[in-house]
Amino acid sequence: MLGKLRRLNQAVSEIALKESERLPSNERRRFLRSGLFTAGGAMVGGALGGLSPRLGAAQTQYPPEIPSWTRSLGAGVVSDPYGVPSPFEKDVIRRNVPWLTADKVSSISFSPLQHLKGIITPNGLFFERHHAGRPEIDPQQHRLMIHGLVERPIVLSMEDLQRFPSVSQINFIECPANGGMEWRGAQLNSLQFLHGMVSCAEWTGVRLSTLLQEVGMKPEGKWLLAEGADGAAMTRSIPMEKALDDVIVAFAQNGEALRREQGYPIRLVVPGWEGNTHVKWLRRLEVGDKPWMQREETSKYTDLMPDGTAHGFTWVMEAKSVITSPCPEMPVRGKGVCQIEGLAWSGRGKVKAVDVSVDGGRNWQQAQLREPVMSKSLTRFSLEWNWDGSPALLQSRVIDETGYVQPTLGQLKAVRGTNSIYHKNAIQTWQISGDGSVTNVQL
Amino acid sequence: MFSFDKSSRSISGLCSGLMFAVLPAFALAESAGHYGYGSPATEEQIQAWDIDIRPDGQGLPEGSGSVEEGMGIYETYCSSCHGAFGEGMGRYPKLSGGEGSLTEDRPEKTIGSYWPYASTLWDYIHRAMPFFAPQSLTDDQVYALTAYVLNLNYIVDGDFVANKDTLPQVKMPNEDGFIWEDPRPEVTNVRCMEDCKDEVTVSDSAADKNLTPSTTGPLDEGLTE
Ligand code: HEC
Repeated sequence: MLGKLRRLNQAVSEIALKESERLPSNERRRFLRSGLFTAGGAMVGGALGGLSPRLGAAQTQYPPEIPSWTRSLGAGVVSDPYGVPSPFEKDVIRRNVPWLTADKVSSISFSPLQHLKGIITPNGLFFERHHAGRPEIDPQQHRLMIHGLVERPIVLSMEDLQRFPSVSQINFIECPANGGMEWRGAQLNSLQFLHGMVSCAEWTGVRLSTLLQEVGMKPEGKWLLAEGADGAAMTRSIPMEKALDDVIVAFAQNGEALRREQGYPIRLVVPGWEGNTHVKWLRRLEVGDKPWMQREETSKYTDLMPDGTAHGFTWVMEAKSVITSPCPEMPVRGKGVCQIEGLAWSGRGKVKAVDVSVDGGRNWQQAQLREPVMSKSLTRFSLEWNWDGSPALLQSRVIDETGYVQPTLGQLKAVRGTNSIYHKNAIQTWQISGDGSVTNVQL
Repeated sequence: MFSFDKSSRSISGLCSGLMFAVLPAFALAESAGHYGYGSPATEEQIQAWDIDIRPDGQGLPEGSGSVEEGMGIYETYCSSCHGAFGEGMGRYPKLSGGEGSLTEDRPEKTIGSYWPYASTLWDYIHRAMPFFAPQSLTDDQVYALTAYVLNLNYIVDGDFVANKDTLPQVKMPNEDGFIWEDPRPEVTNVRCMEDCKDEVTVSDSAADKNLTPSTTGPLDEGLTE
């Protein structure tokens, strides 16, 4: 067995050496000096893995060439005990807009929607919104307290919590300020920054109804306060009707423990409601008879209307859709058939239909929805478009199961003015130029 | 070479044993709706963690603080970010000003111009400020800071002393400016499919505005203003 491996390593080293001959002489010297070649025995394939991308322009790997990765061994199991994306995907990351906030500790990062291929956001790419940074919580030390108007106030360890029956549900989470920079005009030329404050995951956790039954809610209990254990001690009041409907205390996200950025070890998931209500790093649930009027439901997350009044408790995320390809980051690749693809979602339930326009909303065509179509989840849509190379204005418009039709920006602004910050779910327009490039425009 | 067989046999044996032991008991617990997990929350535990304050004053602790006391504490712990008069440094939030601006083109939503309840100020300072050291202030300090910030906004006089009786009586200027009921859906679009409008004109474009960080390569730290 060992002898066989050694022979193999020798073969790999030989290939590596041969490959290095194709490198420019200075590169080759560096390669040989680096010891990658002699260490090849210990690395199997690893040496080649490091080498091939550097060959770059020097050599192609497609037909008729037999690729180097076909003529060598790859990395062994547990080379990455916790798997990470290919290094070629290094640009697919969350990004922030430095000018938007005073500090990264109270800030936002955006999901790279332009690269996401399904309805599930990979855990490392889920958008972030912290108000006092991301705490590092030891789950052994973390506790959830449930008290207030209940018969039996309790303190649960994370192990206690996971003993309750759990459910899994796929739900999007969207910050109500998603797109909020665009009320006064088109500013950002990027899908990621325009709409990347929405993500979607499978959440596993314990229903609030299970926990509230456990503690014996008193009949006066009409509201629930959820509080985080971060430095913002984030709090939101949630009416009991919603709490008992479909809210869960989640401990897992896409099958693994929540990411720290998403509230590790536990967070609230409040399906269809604005992201801020999905309190992360949850430490306390209090039952009361009135809302608490916390800073996050008075000073923030209320909508200022043109007449100077403000709307509070505007929790639901109304239906929204956006074309994710093409988009500013993903131009049209050439004349001919183009798959227009996008995402649609509604905080009120399922997506019923999505229409697409290529002429700025004059005429519309119904797109195809891609299964699965689930309540309060991202839903994919697509439409085949034969692009003749002339300028076009692409839009998508979602209709949800309540019959609500996604509004135009003009319609939305006519009612809400330009100062409400939150809940900008208007139709997005992408301008396609003759060269296939895509620009964020407003009509 | 591998020993799949051996291990799988022992794992399945283990599982079936567990099934027999656990299933009946679990079904019982679920039907009773009470599991008895965790431990009862003690009065002491609840008191330490229950920090929320309601507009009617519920939750406000003993103690008090005056505008004058608040001034010194504010200068030490708050003014570096929020400005000596609450005007806000850089992009840190303003804590004062903006009265009457809510209908203007550029409204300033501050404690004085926007916040509906004074209790929220006590609650928030206590739970989240100062930003770098949340929950480090004493109750008296929080009362004093609340009094001082209210005074910065001309909501209370200079001799105001905040405590659990006086604070709930402070009426905020914009209390009646809020509607606590969601009027949405408030915008109606119709699902027109053909000839939906005569004219399409582009009114604004993000091209050449130079506000968009790069979405390729490493994180773009430029464009800070
Ligand atoms: C290091 C800078 C810093 C210091 C010092 C600081 N704050 Fe803040 N303050 C912030 C930031 C940042 C926010 C917004 C936090 C967020 O994003 O949720 C904030 C928010 C607030 C708000 C809410 C404003 C609004 O309109 O919603 C109040 C009130 C406040 N601070 C009071 C204080 C007081 C009182 C002190 C002194 C005890 C203090 N702050 C010290 C940075 C600071």
